Amino acid sequence: MSTSSVQAPLRLRLRLARDRVLVGLCVLALALAIIPLVWVLWEVAKVGGGHLSLEFLTALPEPPTRGGGGWANAIVGSLVVVGIAVAIGIPVGVGTGIYMSEYGENVLGRGVRFLCEVMAGLPSIVAGIVAYSLIVVTMGRFSALAGGVALSALFVPIVAITAQEALKMVPRHQREASMALGVAEAPTTLRVILPAAMGNVLTGIMIATARVAGETAPLLFTAFNSRYWMEGIDQPTATVPVNIYAYAISPFEHWHSQAWAGALVLVSVVLILNVAARTLWARRARFMAGG
Amino acid sequence: MNPVEVGTDQARRTRPESEKLRTGVGGTSSVRRPPPPRRSRREQWGDAIRRRWFRYLTGGIALLVVAMATLIFMELWLGSRPAWQEWGLSFIWRTEWDPVRGEFGALPFIAGTLLTSGMALAIALPISLGIAILLTEYAPRFLRDPLIFVVELLAAVPSVVFGLWGIFVLAPVVQNQVMPFIAGSPLGLLPIFGEPGPGYTLFTASLILAIMIIPIIATLSREVLMAVPRDQKEGALALGATRWEAMRHVVLSYARPGIFSAAVLGLGRALGETMATTMTIGNRLGLTLDYFEAGNSMTAIIANEMREAVSEIHVSSLVAIGLILFLLSFVLNTAGRLVIMQVHTRET
Repeated sequence: MSTSSVQAPLRLRLRLARDRVLVGLCVLALALAIIPLVWVLWEVAKVGGGHLSLEFLTALPEPPTRGGGGWANAIVGSLVVVGIAVAIGIPVGVGTGIYMSEYGENVLGRGVRFLCEVMAGLPSIVAGIVAYSLIVVTMGRFSALAGGVALSALFVPIVAITAQEALKMVPRHQREASMALGVAEAPTTLRVILPAAMGNVLTGIMIATARVAGETAPLLFTAFNSRYWMEGIDQPTATVPVNIYAYAISPFEHWHSQAWAGALVLVSVVLILNVAARTLWARRARFMAGG
Repeated sequence: MNPVEVGTDQARRTRPESEKLRTGVGGTSSVRRPPPPRRSRREQWGDAIRRRWFRYLTGGIALLVVAMATLIFMELWLGSRPAWQEWGLSFIWRTEWDPVRGEFGALPFIAGTLLTSGMALAIALPISLGIAILLTEYAPRFLRDPLIFVVELLAAVPSVVFGLWGIFVLAPVVQNQVMPFIAGSPLGLLPIFGEPGPGYTLFTASLILAIMIIPIIATLSREVLMAVPRDQKEGALALGATRWEAMRHVVLSYARPGIFSAAVLGLGRALGETMATTMTIGNRLGLTLDYFEAGNSMTAIIANEMREAVSEIHVSSLVAIGLILFLLSFVLNTAGRLVIMQVHTRET
């Protein structure tokens, strides 16, 4: 450039200054994302922790005017509904993952993979609508079963995709060695490939469980709600997420504080599952990288 | 099958296992023996099933997923038929919603969903990009993994907890500080912002949605930025570009399709988000284009009315809104996935 020797360093200084300003903006962006997270967790811990008690975890709900009472029925209900989703979801999800990874180099395999990705983005309330028209309308009442089925539609695609990726990470020579020894398809997959990928498959299952445990929308008109202990999986049941919603929009001060306590329980479970899953995965990745 | 036990030393362990299994199902040696005996079709099938039953079993399970997806679509289609028969496509742009008179139309809810999701994307995209750039380019190594971890945790917090926080913490702040501030600033002159009122508004819902989709867009765009070949960026740096210039002119332009699809997938998530929206949007019936007013969304009206809907036409109108929501998110997810897939094939 033929400009004077004074201008060039100035322009360079400006360019470098702009570089630093924009890095500053990136740091600001990160702060803007982390502040709400810290804020939410802090409020949940502070308000929820103040109202969490043994009674809350072990007693049945009381009318809002009386005070006291707990969410024991909702905690049990959540365990049952999520349990149903997991019981349906693990065989279907892992089986689909195995097919996509081991035998899926065809139209069915690619089509199912595509459907899984689309279903992973399915609005959760849509799963609730379908379970409502299929099960609630047919049976004539709300039920834990309908809630579990709705959640399983959200659980399956996550597990299937993570299982596929986990199985694909197992080195090819392990399959070939097993085949060369004359081992049939089923034992090769179930006793050689699947055990090697088990850590990552479990990670996927835990993350999917954490995700459906916090789902509320599909349960609003499937599992519905109840003030009593669950009487069977064909009966309506209270769950923790639906209770948080119902109590939060109620006009009662006492119920609001119970909603925060419930949120603390839910967030703890979900975050513990996530942290455990991710540390498990990190250990796994190191092990694989280290040979 | 104990995962820990087997996982620690697969290679040594599998060999004796396989030895044992060889005598089991599926040995192919009998097929090779000459001369091949003539076998009936049934025998051949029996043989194929014996050798390949596991493939067929998992294939059958995979077909279940296809059945599930088909069932979801069929149920939405059949359930919403009465509404489509009554009003046809005009259901989409009708604005009345009156369960008592049996008049239903989806426009206010579609508008509410698009307004909140659009605003959420407008807020979340620059922030997510900043995070992605920071994490790929500038963050020191020891900070990078913990920060990625924290951003992913943000995605794990359940929607209903964000909703709870939205009702009791964010909505008051929006009402008392944020809305008056925006109304007093030059931004307040924009026609999308009216008179500030109570804190349960389209704007509050947009803010919550933005918080919730930031981790998704940030994680996806970080992956896209990581996939940009190093030599592209290093070439620019070697020519004397500052890091930022290399980022903007080389990396970002290379990654543009990937970032676009990250944004589309984030938008898809915002459309379908139910609880946080329902709890903060105000749930007012009627069309509004003012962010400072209470509104409604497709997910919120379903969440609020599905339980109590009695008449067939009311239920089927709600299912019809579910179908529109499903199709919108289907189109966005497919578009996003296709672009990402294209990016991946270009790399290899």
